[in-house]
Amino acid sequence: MTTPHTHSPTLLKPAKPVGIIGYGAYVPRFRLPAKEVARVWTGKSGGLPIKEKAVPGLDEDVITMSIEAARNAMKRAQIDPTELRAVWVGSESHPYAVKPTSTLVAEAIGAVPNTQAADWEFACKAGTEALVAAMGLVGSGMGHYAMAIGMDTAQGKPGDALEYTAGAGGGAYILGPAEESLAQINFSYSFVTDTPDFWRREYQKYPEHGMRFTGEPAYFKHITEAATHLMQAAGTTAKDYKWAVFHQPNTKFPQRVAGQLGFSAEQIEPGLLVPVIGNTYAGAAMIGLTATLDIAQPGDRILVVSFGSGAGSDAFDITVTDKITGRAGLAVKTQEYISRRTEIDYATYVRYRGKLAMK
Amino acid sequence: MTEVVIAGIGQTEVGEHWDIGLRDLAFLAIQNAVKDSGGLKPQSLFVGNMLAPNLSNQAHLGALLADYAGLLGIEAVTIEAAGASGGAALRQGYLAVASGFVDVALVVGVEKFTDKVGSSVDAALATTGDSDFESIQGMTPAAQAALLMKRYIHEYETPKDAFAGFALTAHANGVANKNAMFRKAIKPETYAKAEMVSDLLNMFDMAPNADGAAALLLTRADLIPSGHQNPLVKIIGSAASSDTLALHDRKDMLYFDTAQISAGKAMKQAGLTLDKINFFEYHDTFGIYAALQLEAVGFAIKGKGWKLAADNEIGLKGKIPCATMGGMKARGFAGGAAGVYQAVDAVTQLRGQAEANQIENAKVGLIQSLGGPASTAVSHILQRL
Repeated sequence: MTTPHTHSPTLLKPAKPVGIIGYGAYVPRFRLPAKEVARVWTGKSGGLPIKEKAVPGLDEDVITMSIEAARNAMKRAQIDPTELRAVWVGSESHPYAVKPTSTLVAEAIGAVPNTQAADWEFACKAGTEALVAAMGLVGSGMGHYAMAIGMDTAQGKPGDALEYTAGAGGGAYILGPAEESLAQINFSYSFVTDTPDFWRREYQKYPEHGMRFTGEPAYFKHITEAATHLMQAAGTTAKDYKWAVFHQPNTKFPQRVAGQLGFSAEQIEPGLLVPVIGNTYAGAAMIGLTATLDIAQPGDRILVVSFGSGAGSDAFDITVTDKITGRAGLAVKTQEYISRRTEIDYATYVRYRGKLAMK
Repeated sequence: MTEVVIAGIGQTEVGEHWDIGLRDLAFLAIQNAVKDSGGLKPQSLFVGNMLAPNLSNQAHLGALLADYAGLLGIEAVTIEAAGASGGAALRQGYLAVASGFVDVALVVGVEKFTDKVGSSVDAALATTGDSDFESIQGMTPAAQAALLMKRYIHEYETPKDAFAGFALTAHANGVANKNAMFRKAIKPETYAKAEMVSDLLNMFDMAPNADGAAALLLTRADLIPSGHQNPLVKIIGSAASSDTLALHDRKDMLYFDTAQISAGKAMKQAGLTLDKINFFEYHDTFGIYAALQLEAVGFAIKGKGWKLAADNEIGLKGKIPCATMGGMKARGFAGGAAGVYQAVDAVTQLRGQAEANQIENAKVGLIQSLGGPASTAVSHILQRL
């Protein structure tokens, strides 16, 4: 059930129409099958929430991965990087507690020095949060182009339910005027409450969570509210969208919430990547959308709803334009990253992720 | 001795009430019971609760709930006997009215499991066992039940799925109960595929821990408000008994002495024999416990309790209908409220208000509330006036 609004929900609609000029994904090569986690921790008993998750290599982190995705986005946007007025990166795994990821990414793609740069934080919706802010920057006319990235090397405590799913990957978007865009973002809507379902305090290595509390009162409540109110205000129903992407912490949750909102399995199929790359936290909704844009056709309408613990959801109503034609092939596609796959065992995963305490 | 009637019943849905707390749950049930009674005003409040000091960091529920329910000034205490807390609170309410010292007693059972999650809940539940000899070794209520289940199957050479019938019956009966946590019937295949909890005991062999509250108003027949609409139900037998907490201290682990003693005493008080009991609300936190209660009370001989379930003799049309509104398995096990829910269910049957779950000619019902592996058993016999 959704909360009745005392006043009509306020859609976030930029003064000037805004759209996606370029987009890019990145998924690291290594894969840890969920059954490997089960082999080590549960004697292979119990159900598996996904098939396998993507694991970053020894020389990868949110900075290097963001650069890869940003470069892919630049290839599709075909703009001069110095025209970017913002480079924003949302993540739960910024390599530094103090020192931005975004300055390094901006430097690497040649966007410095005449640019804004900042790191965003809101659990798993830090990426879409940066996207809403970029809509504001471009839509207000403060800047012509802005880049928003959602990227994570997700943390899960060894043996915890999260270890099966905590994956790595994400997506980068360049926003600009709608008339230049391959997909117009018509409007967004954000729904936020104080709901402590999942958290990681400073100096803690792994997040903690409220187990079943992360389900109904957190994930389902916020996604349902955001999607329902956006569609009500827009006067749309599930049938008006060709595709939909929902935050995906495991396979079941997005499938269930899609069904509850009236979306079919076919509508969420292109963006449902969690079974094969895991939960990429702040990257999850972002990379679900890159995979969907890779196959989208002009005129396709897309609903995207993220979820971040703590908790909130950003919902986006997007319409693909004629300019999408030929863009997907300008950079590595999301599915190409997914099929570029090297399976590793649990021991290798432990080494790559630095889970052995050496001192 | 004064005759005691149950003049009002109230309950909340059982489930994960993330959005409301312990006191709200209790208040909702109290409000419903007072309304159902036609507006009786209690002088005493007996709260059945098992783990609030641990799960909700809240003790002293008597005064807390009296205050929250707008009853400040009345006598109010908590009664705790692990899973039998609800049954034990009902017995205290019964004794208070039967003694003549109290005109109207309010009994409310309440538990808020979801104030904690995961292993903290198991740790809290383990405090109801023998801490020095069992819990400290890692024993939990589910582990105790699993050991008894294994022993039962070994001793009586039953099939491994001997206890499936208890889950199937409970889930079938839960479908029409709008206050039940699970309202979906299950198939034998679903039971067979269920995930293991503690070796041999699977997910369907145990009831889910859940939030809930149930309330009863007890009084004398001559004090019933004039506007009271419902058929009256009388408590004609009430008894309780205690046994060791630790299983290793029992002479026979597979015989629930307290279930036999308390049911026997209650029947003696009621002047009834077993064949006069139309239905039995047992304490099915675990299927094995339901089987052992059927045997101890006398509905089956030792080693054959499971057969009653396997042959569907515990179904609504069976020889001895059990868990008639879904029991703890399908309704959900709401800790200290569980025993009060049993009374609410029994009254619903005896009033003829059980709708799709109504047992024909329900005149007398036996309810039995257990703490641990029948370390406490409280039995009540209810009769339609």
